[in-house]
Amino acid sequence: MANMHDVSFKLNGKNTSVKVEARELLIYTLREKLAHTGPHIGCETSHCGACTVDLDGMSVKSCTVLTVQCDGSELLTVEGLEQGGVLHAIQQAFHEEHGLQCGYCTPGMLTRAYRLLKENPNPSEQEIRYGIAGNLCRCTGYQNIVKAVQSAAKKLAAAPATAA
Amino acid sequence: MGDLSDVKEREDKLQGMGTSLLRKEDAKFIRGQGTYVDDIKLPGMLFGAVVRSPYAHARIKSINKAKALASPGVVAVLTADDLKPVNLHWMPTLGGDVQAVLADKKVCFQMQEVAMVLASDRYAAYDGAALVEVDYEELPVIVDPKKAMAKDAVIIREDIADKKEVGHGPRTHPNHIFTWEAGDKAAADAAFAKAEVTVREEILNPRVHPCPLETCGCVASFNKATGYLTVYMTTQAPHIVRTVLAMLSGIAESKIRVVGGDIGGGFGNKVPVYPGYVVAIVASIVTGLPIKWIESRIDNISTTGFARDYHCVGELAATKDGVVKGLRFTALADHGAFNSHVSATKLPAGLFSICTGSYAIPNAYARVDAVYTNKAPGGVAYRCSLRVTEAVYLIERMMDVLALKVGVDKAEIRRRNFVKSEQFPYTTSFGWTLDSGAYHNALEKVLKAVDYDGLRREQAARRADPKATSLMGIGIATFTEIVGAGPTKVCDILGIGLFDSCEIRVHPTGGVIARLGTMTQGQGHSTTYAQIIATELGLPASDIVVEEGDTDKAPYGAGTWGSRSTPVSGAATAQASRKIKDKAKKIAAHALEVSEGDLEWEIDRFKVKGNPTRAKTMKEICMISHTSNIPAGMEQGLNAVAYYDPPNMTFPFGAYLCVVDVDKFTGEVNVRRFYALDDCGTRINPMIIEGQIHGGLTEAFAVAMGQQIPFDENGNHVGNSLMDYFLPTAMETPKWETDHTVTPCPHHPIGAKGVAESPHVGGIPCFSNAVIDAFSHLGVTHMDMPHTAYRVWQTLGKLGVNQR
Repeated sequence: MANMHDVSFKLNGKNTSVKVEARELLIYTLREKLAHTGPHIGCETSHCGACTVDLDGMSVKSCTVLTVQCDGSELLTVEGLEQGGVLHAIQQAFHEEHGLQCGYCTPGMLTRAYRLLKENPNPSEQEIRYGIAGNLCRCTGYQNIVKAVQSAAKKLAAAPATAA
Repeated sequence: MGDLSDVKEREDKLQGMGTSLLRKEDAKFIRGQGTYVDDIKLPGMLFGAVVRSPYAHARIKSINKAKALASPGVVAVLTADDLKPVNLHWMPTLGGDVQAVLADKKVCFQMQEVAMVLASDRYAAYDGAALVEVDYEELPVIVDPKKAMAKDAVIIREDIADKKEVGHGPRTHPNHIFTWEAGDKAAADAAFAKAEVTVREEILNPRVHPCPLETCGCVASFNKATGYLTVYMTTQAPHIVRTVLAMLSGIAESKIRVVGGDIGGGFGNKVPVYPGYVVAIVASIVTGLPIKWIESRIDNISTTGFARDYHCVGELAATKDGVVKGLRFTALADHGAFNSHVSATKLPAGLFSICTGSYAIPNAYARVDAVYTNKAPGGVAYRCSLRVTEAVYLIERMMDVLALKVGVDKAEIRRRNFVKSEQFPYTTSFGWTLDSGAYHNALEKVLKAVDYDGLRREQAARRADPKATSLMGIGIATFTEIVGAGPTKVCDILGIGLFDSCEIRVHPTGGVIARLGTMTQGQGHSTTYAQIIATELGLPASDIVVEEGDTDKAPYGAGTWGSRSTPVSGAATAQASRKIKDKAKKIAAHALEVSEGDLEWEIDRFKVKGNPTRAKTMKEICMISHTSNIPAGMEQGLNAVAYYDPPNMTFPFGAYLCVVDVDKFTGEVNVRRFYALDDCGTRINPMIIEGQIHGGLTEAFAVAMGQQIPFDENGNHVGNSLMDYFLPTAMETPKWETDHTVTPCPHHPIGAKGVAESPHVGGIPCFSNAVIDAFSHLGVTHMDMPHTAYRVWQTLGKLGVNQR
């Protein structure tokens, strides 16, 4: 068996340690070893974005990040968006604007939209479309996703949520 | 009680049909708590990685497992020889053929399944798969279906070379699968012979793939002690799959449980039974351990469930005014190496004979010839009913071709040929009885909404402007779909009629659980079925739980595909509700000491006529039904099950209009406007309908503007990852404008027709018609999809339009 490496990071605010092979991709560590099955695998080539997570304040596709690269990092997955039993505005908005259908892209889409609104709290429609272009959805045609991001932006501007 | 505001308040509380109730299924998905098949982990589970053929056609001389078996974590390597003792190296297909589960002595398409490596985890399994050594001897390859039936063509299917037929009538060549005909050839030929005008066009529906975001996969778990087989799998039709598995394995069907779970999109890709599922199941039966098999994206696009690949010729005969008198449509269908085409037994070319569309065409003939090639098997219905996209594309394109020929506007030619509202129910020359429609009305509403005349004036001005840098195109599609398979006399799969079912149990305090034979993949069934029951039974949708996909729990049904959930299971839901309501009425009459005839229904209660203070609410009746206070001889409870065999298909329709600007120098097509009017009969949840239309239009845009699965001359895939296969992002996807009319279905209990496939079926020809319309003044009558910038740019070059 290949050499194993100890990796530690903060996952949704909790200190987490895991042993992995050097080649292991973050998406597998999250899903198989850490029981975080929110992020999904859609392509394993960084095209679809279903595996999107937040790594040190940046959206990354966890199918093309090695777990060993994450040592000492802060990770946020869809499971970390809800705080104290209260949905994040972006989650609520996806529900209210019918921004999801099969739900498979949703965790990646939400995590990306969360970061997009941190980067640009008041994005135009075009900026939203550009900002989520790394996340594919086969069901919704994006129109209601765009609406959901706009709606969340408005709500966050009215009552800024605590940073997750 | 009974005043209008009270009635309205009670009705609003139910959140029944017609309200945009937010989806019940969202709660888990927005928290990342869906349970998709790859989320399932069972103790001792092994992962199966498939070894695939690098060649499109080759003999397998030998397979050496030794190195793979020595690889860390590898438990076993299965090949066809290992499946032979249980007679599962071949399996029957839904198309009446057989398909190799693992390649038996030869491979017939690139990426065909050759072996499965079972290992402790995914990494170990793929390490092992890379070490399986297969010695191949290459054979000549057939890629072009037009060459499949040549005299000297290599025989692809040696296993059935001597068979006179493979399920659908006589074969004339070893690479011939079937020839299907419909309509009246002599009458159609006569119409052409005396026609004032005829048009003919060769039109390709290229090979594409539904490509749901979640690939196919399963976890098979056979318990050796009890003999029970449980399979968690990505399936749109769990009950049919259970029956297939019983036929294949010999395990009693009562000991097989198929669980659909949450499905990450299907679009037709998750209807068939694929070799990966079968090998995983056999492996579990042999090892007694749970086996997980999950496709990679490349596996998915390369091997499971392609769609289309219909090479068509369309011909119309008409008067000089453009009134169609005759239709002849033929198709050469490339089914790949095995005929695992999804079709009802009696419909080998599916519902292709809906190809008269929305038009009254008195004489029609259609023919489809299906052949084998060295490509992946399939022929699934990609967000449509069986072969309906192909049919609708052909007629909607041909109406434009005819319009150009006779010099009539493309909207006007449709008006002249529409089935008129007063003609419904209208039986087409192929024998389908269109249930209801208002085609003129739909088209006029759209033309008015977009100022069609203004658009045509703008187009004329653009064409006259020598400095214009773009061409402007206007596309119209006025489609009629055929969905809701279907009447069991016409439609069966493996002998099982395509009825569907709903079982409803009402609990004492008014909660309801409904179980159905369909399988949601994002369509929002938990919400919409609940709304039907809410309206029918007067119980709030919020307290109605819908469950599907677990064959141990749900009644038998044919699943969700071909927009059949609302037309078939939605009807079963209404009928089961009505059985309950009938019983509830008897209980109410008994409790109120009146006769049933003295009662009337109002929203959520039975009232005594003329004395509105005397009433029993449905909630009260739920409790009473569980007591002794019920009519003598009546059984307790409020449960019912309905199996619905539809008397006819349903025929949703719509009018779509698309405006494009084509850059003269780059070939880029910008969709400036897309206006979609749909009529799906009674509307259950407008929000969900609109969402389905957005999604269907986006998939139509993908097909028309970029999707294609290309092969080189050796049968190699040259585009099977998301690097090459076009899935539109939010940047490319146009903005959609939606509209509707409501023409209820006369034979459906609630008048609903089904909707989710209409935008795909109607959208594709609308995009094509728009792009081609941009070139129509230059003598162009047709351009094949996909209309990528490169392909459009080539056309611009040929026409010399791109010269500054």
